[in-house]
Amino acid sequence: MESINKYITNDTTPAEIKDIIWKLLESVSDPEVPVISVIDLGVVRNIEVDPTPTSGGRGITIFLTPTYTGCPAMDVMKMNIRMVLLQHGFTNIKIIQVLSPAWTTDWMTEHGKQKLKAYGIAPPHYKQAVCTPDAFQQEEAIQCPLCNSYHTRLISQFGSTACKALYQCNDCKEPFDYFKCH
Amino acid sequence: MNTKNLIDYILHLADNALIIGHRNSEWCGHGPVLEQDIAISNIALDCIGQARNFYQYAAELTGNGATEDSLAYLRDVTDFKNILLIELPNGDWAQTILRQFFFSTYQYFLYRQLQNSIDVQLAAIAEKALKEVTYHLRWSSEWVIRLGDGTEESKKRMLQAIDELWNYRGEMFYAADYELEAVKEGYGIDPATIKNEWDKKIKSVFEEATLSAPLDASMHKGGKQGEHTKHLGYILSEMQFLQRANPGAEW
Repeated sequence: MESINKYITNDTTPAEIKDIIWKLLESVSDPEVPVISVIDLGVVRNIEVDPTPTSGGRGITIFLTPTYTGCPAMDVMKMNIRMVLLQHGFTNIKIIQVLSPAWTTDWMTEHGKQKLKAYGIAPPHYKQAVCTPDAFQQEEAIQCPLCNSYHTRLISQFGSTACKALYQCNDCKEPFDYFKCH
Repeated sequence: MNTKNLIDYILHLADNALIIGHRNSEWCGHGPVLEQDIAISNIALDCIGQARNFYQYAAELTGNGATEDSLAYLRDVTDFKNILLIELPNGDWAQTILRQFFFSTYQYFLYRQLQNSIDVQLAAIAEKALKEVTYHLRWSSEWVIRLGDGTEESKKRMLQAIDELWNYRGEMFYAADYELEAVKEGYGIDPATIKNEWDKKIKSVFEEATLSAPLDASMHKGGKQGEHTKHLGYILSEMQFLQRANPGAEW
């Protein structure tokens, strides 16, 4: 892979480098849902670029927030972010975990939601339905990503990964994952 | 500030999350139906994730090379500060569900307060975990209702579970010294202040489940101080075996 770092000179401003890194991270995908990137997912909260380069390379700090506290994909994402940055000549990298404010599906990009749907996973609702601890509360109407019917039902709040619930379409009968509101 | 007390307080929260997570993980591959096997395994994962956040914070404060792994895998039974309720064997599905319901209700009200702690890291961990615990509480409430107000057999199992676990609930609200100190220092929660909300939630779900709570108020305690049932030793010997046999092993 061609390094972009060669386009960076001592005159490149930290803001320009920051833009380059945001762009680069769009190529780092979620290992569990490979169609969306860490940027689509909204887990990259901030990027800081040191104003002056040092002999160890210009310091880059990535602030990352987990989707779910136990999500094993987070460690893989961290490693892949590091790899992409290293491939492009950034060697002085810090990745800091931030927990607050807690990640929410509201931070997912529109682009990411569309890609989820095309992949067969129902994207989270635009307006966050607040999850309360009340038992047997009325379920949100989730659209089937295959036939677009809203005539679907919840099978389980807990799906194949921490971030998904399991639904079934009453019309086309297809079971599907719903990227649940959080 | 007394750092040792803060560490004890965090370890208590961490040990609770780890041990319930470990117990729930025992269901992985053994759940009554596939969807619920996945559900309880997800809940286990959330709990172990919470434990990791707490252990990482405790390790940072402990220093001297402590890590989340050394705290989880290299401390012995008497160092563990989890409550007795969660170290009990899983029993049948009803007993596992009821325990989860008791514990999730407790965690829900505890984290709701803790997210306002003056200790920003504790507050952040609680804020994050609360969203997950909300799902756990909803799921376990629904199962208590389903089984309690279900068939003759499921109701019988639920009643047995209540008999088995009821006397272990009191310890949750009986503050250990490090909890009282944590309240005094301003970062911790007095668990006694959660009891009313906990009682109310249990009562309302029990009513819907056509179950009633026993009046017996006796309680088993000691876990918070490191005095455990024999069961914790068995958990640790299995959970810690690999790290003790192959120190520092990673995969």
